[in-house]
Amino acid sequence: MVTTDTAFRIERLNIFYGEKRALKEVNFNIPAKAVTAVIGPSGCGKSTFIRCLNRMNDLIPVFRLEGKIEYDGMDIYSKEVDVIDIRRQIGMVFQKPNPFPKSIYENVAYGVRIQGFNKKESLDNAVETSLKKAALWDEVKDRIHESAFSLSGGQQQRLCIARALAVEPKVILFDEPCSALDPIATAKIEDLITELKKDYTVVIVTHNMQQAARVSEYTGFFMMGELIEFDNTQKIFTAPSNKMTEDYITGRFG
Amino acid sequence: MHRNLQKIKEKAIEKALFLSAFFSVFITLGIVGVLIFETFEFFKEVSVFDFLTDTQWTPLFAEKHFGIMTLFAGTLLTTVIAMSVSLPVGLISAIYLSEYASKKIRIAIKPALEILAAVPTVVYGYFALLFVTPLLQKVIPELSGFNSLSSGIVMGIMIIPIISSLSEDALHSVPMSLREGSMALGSTKFQTSIKVILPAALSGVAASFILGISRAIGETMIVAIAAGQQPRLTLNPLVPVETITAYIVQVSLGDTPTGTLEYKTIFAAGMSLFVVTFGLNMISYFLKKRFREVYE
Amino acid sequence: MDTKLRNRLYDKSFYIVGLFATLFGLIVLLTLLIDITIDGFSRLGWQFLTSYPSRKPEAAGVLSAWVGTVWVAAMTVVVAFPLGVSAATYLEEYSKKNWLREFIEINISNLSAVPSIIYGLLGLQLFVRGLNMDRSVIAGAMTLAILVLPLIIISTREAIRAIPTTIREASYALGATKWQTIRNQILPAAMPTILTGTILAISRAIGEASPLITIGALTYVAFLPTSPISLEFPYISLKGLFDPFSVLPIQIFNWVSRPQKGFWIDAAAGIMVLLIIVFFMNGIATYLRYRYEKRMRW
Repeated sequence: MVTTDTAFRIERLNIFYGEKRALKEVNFNIPAKAVTAVIGPSGCGKSTFIRCLNRMNDLIPVFRLEGKIEYDGMDIYSKEVDVIDIRRQIGMVFQKPNPFPKSIYENVAYGVRIQGFNKKESLDNAVETSLKKAALWDEVKDRIHESAFSLSGGQQQRLCIARALAVEPKVILFDEPCSALDPIATAKIEDLITELKKDYTVVIVTHNMQQAARVSEYTGFFMMGELIEFDNTQKIFTAPSNKMTEDYITGRFG
Repeated sequence: MHRNLQKIKEKAIEKALFLSAFFSVFITLGIVGVLIFETFEFFKEVSVFDFLTDTQWTPLFAEKHFGIMTLFAGTLLTTVIAMSVSLPVGLISAIYLSEYASKKIRIAIKPALEILAAVPTVVYGYFALLFVTPLLQKVIPELSGFNSLSSGIVMGIMIIPIISSLSEDALHSVPMSLREGSMALGSTKFQTSIKVILPAALSGVAASFILGISRAIGETMIVAIAAGQQPRLTLNPLVPVETITAYIVQVSLGDTPTGTLEYKTIFAAGMSLFVVTFGLNMISYFLKKRFREVYE
Repeated sequence: MDTKLRNRLYDKSFYIVGLFATLFGLIVLLTLLIDITIDGFSRLGWQFLTSYPSRKPEAAGVLSAWVGTVWVAAMTVVVAFPLGVSAATYLEEYSKKNWLREFIEINISNLSAVPSIIYGLLGLQLFVRGLNMDRSVIAGAMTLAILVLPLIIISTREAIRAIPTTIREASYALGATKWQTIRNQILPAAMPTILTGTILAISRAIGEASPLITIGALTYVAFLPTSPISLEFPYISLKGLFDPFSVLPIQIFNWVSRPQKGFWIDAAAGIMVLLIIVFFMNGIATYLRYRYEKRMRW
């Protein structure tokens, strides 16, 4: 079924928040340079799952992980691995646009700056390239030093994408990136995601099934902390092999 | 930057920040240490029994007496007067702000109350000595120029914002459902406030009172200016008294050489002050904490 | 009268009683301000600000007192601000919820309620005697810095807590380290509120008299600390830190304590100067908070 290279290899993944088990025995491979959607009813663990991929869950004190997540052949939870390196390779865009309370320019330049690159030329370059890739450059090039809060919600989310791209990651994780946006802004983000898969591995969590169908090649369906089914998006949406997937797809619950 | 170097830097910063946080513990240790040491020296020369039972305080005279009770009487008197002003006014104001006042009024009044709390105490001292005392003397002719009455009243006014603002926070965080429950039974706002909200917020309100008392006991400039410098064991609010704090100021203003018994008395007095206020602060802290655990 | 009517009467009258209780403090404040202005306005002027204290009330001024206040306040900020912000940062961003943090928290909360004169006793033994700083500007500033430290820590913690987690997440997701996140995102975003708290703390320090009296600050000072800037090499001098000083509240206290009425006028005029400084700082703090609340929409 999976013909492309594998980006993530997930083996017997179990996640606990204190006593509570959030994910149960999840096994699957996420292909590289493709869009993989993760769908499921709210509370099914899909957000928990995507936050494991760049170790954002490390920030939660009661979080505990069992099993293995390999990225590019490397166990990302092993002791020798530096979490900073992981996050530089695996970027993330969040549910609500969360620009820093700084200028548009500084938002994008930040990721580059913290790696120690401070030359104005290279920063300017990175900012322009990233904003272009995020299809935002034309809209903001004349007011790049204005506050990021002056942008609309959709523009802010594309700014957050540009900010993630500036670090030159290999993977971008989207955690319900359009849940706070109107349909027009959503369409722009979706176009962008389709564009990004040429160069990046993309994983997107969404509660919107049409969105999953529109942007992704592969889809995983989660329910109550378990991966119910993972397959080609087309297959999941037309001929799912699991009854629960079918019920969910056809809108019988969730 | 090289990651290993960065990691060392991160660790070093964390350690430095920890030391800054822990520094506050050293301050407490410093206070306790200094007070204990000098108080110990003091008790080498004066018996603890005399200190606690003597009814006179005359360390600066030829015939020396060290009855701390005398200073405590002054402190107690001014504190009681202050609390009898600030407690009812502060509490009524808190109930009003939390239960009655519209949002507009609250937003307008709260910053104004903050200004009241920002006025330096030396200013209140001036006000007590040169405005309130002459004013009261018109009503009570036998009131002397220095007295605990006017300094207590002014101190009470100074403490109103502490009590009203902290009590209001407590009242405000009582859940809406309690109000609705009471109102649904046909209670008026007043009945709801007094019989339901106030009891529910009691530990939070009590915490604000105790903090107010602690503040009154430790207040210095108002009493140093307006209450006088005559230690006497009395409950008469019309005559000059001396509080613990005012005594420390009195000695500090003079040229008392280090190491003398007079010098050590201010630490013994300070120790007494610290023990009392520390106890009150701890009670207030745990009352507040208990209140938070119930409602937040 | 029947119960229902009586209850309603109580309810209505509480509106009036409550409003009066709330306004009571403000009425007193207004009275105080008017009284002081009447007493002191005639003395307030250029000569008052540029003269040293004097034995003649009409010739006396607050020059050494306000210069001393500026010196001490500035040094207090220099000491207390970095220390307070560091401590608050540690408690909010690094420390885990354990007994040590609880212990430090109780300790800070307690320190914030310790009577200010106790800090004076500490300063007297530790800085004036122990470290041999004598009755200098630096000894006074250190004492006041320790006094306001808990206030700065408490307000900075609140400021940091108000920064949404999404900002932290955004920074971490870009591969920032903890310190990079704190230094570049959290502290700058919290800075207006931190400054508000710091200004209020310093304005409290400016009004304090008792700890400085306790450490032995002088009440009659007819000179200024050595100027920090000079025309000769090396242009900047910190010698002033080790000079004796007085501050406005002490000068006012000194004048109030005199039996001559003429000095009471000086005291009132001194209070006006002090209140202008304190209210001005409170004004800046309120303005900062207001502007920040308007600008930020997380």
